Amino acid sequence: MRAKLDSLKASPVIGPLLAVLGIGMMLYGIHREEVNVVFAKAIKICLECIGIG
Amino acid sequence: MAKKMNKLNELPRHRIQALWALLTNSYLKGYATGKIYTGKLKHLCVPGMNCYSCPGALGACPIGALQAVIGNYNFKFAYYVAGFLMLVGALVGRFVCGWLCPFGLIQDLLHKIPFPKKIKTFKADKVLRYLKYAILLVFVILLPMFLVDIIGQGSPYFCKLICPVGTLEGGLPLLLLNKSMRSAIGFLYAWKNVLLAVTLFLSILIYRPFCKYICPLGAIYSVFNPISVFKYRVDRDKCIQCGACERVCKMQVDPVKNCNALECIRCGLCKKTCPTGAISSGFFKKIPTDAPKLVNLTEKVINEDTGR
Repeated sequence: MRAKLDSLKASPVIGPLLAVLGIGMMLYGIHREEVNVVFAKAIKICLECIGIG
Repeated sequence: MAKKMNKLNELPRHRIQALWALLTNSYLKGYATGKIYTGKLKHLCVPGMNCYSCPGALGACPIGALQAVIGNYNFKFAYYVAGFLMLVGALVGRFVCGWLCPFGLIQDLLHKIPFPKKIKTFKADKVLRYLKYAILLVFVILLPMFLVDIIGQGSPYFCKLICPVGTLEGGLPLLLLNKSMRSAIGFLYAWKNVLLAVTLFLSILIYRPFCKYICPLGAIYSVFNPISVFKYRVDRDKCIQCGACERVCKMQVDPVKNCNALECIRCGLCKKTCPTGAISSGFFKKIPTDAPKLVNLTEKVINEDTGR
């Protein structure tokens, strides 16, 4: 099990594969319009973040 | 001695950190008016901890954005932000912490302030390193997901109760610039300022305490460290087991045992310190899978030689 995990970590394909998966997830998130929630939150002063809300 | 000091100069890294912090917080109008940037760039996340309520911030904080989407009544999983974090993590891992995080730079600089007793490690250090994973799970994911109001909307609990970055980059400048906001401060603001003061003071004593024990973003990127495209590598033929890299590491990583450890922020100090140039970094570096065995073998030979 440990050896398998080590070889998986050393594999040169796992990083690029996850990067591609990440791009895919981002595109799906954009398609679901999650990006609008991010934008709406980011353009208003976040009262919780600054300690007022 | 002077040559060695020059070799360990961290100024080039700090320059890049400062340049990135300036670049991503360059909405100068915000500092003058006390208002935040509302342009289209805020659709994008920045890779490091950077509060989107900072008057100069051009992008969105990934941890704030993650909580905003998870806590939204329409969504229970944040594909966009999680995908972004996966992309950055899979490419460079915690390189972001060492080179592209504005709060990392602040802690780096604070640690340079002379103090009678600097703490390199302490008894609970190793256990406390797991705290950031618990904070990520509880305050960034579970609470915004399940502790919701009547319409199903969750709050960003990490930002609200813990994050000192928001207080420093957003709270302090905005309250200084807005009289109306100053009238609204209460217990929460005081609590967050106490946390900020403690974090800043501890940063003088301990190297990057927020990154080591609290930061959920560091926790996310850390799991990508062993598998990211950008990697560190130790050349076993060149390594003389002198231990210089382990001694110089401020995150208490031993690169010979594991050069892509979860705690490594890829600052490159070990690489600069190595007397034989055995440590290298780059994209698509192949890591020998038998590395731990080699270390164990070397330890065994040394122990046999010294009669232990």
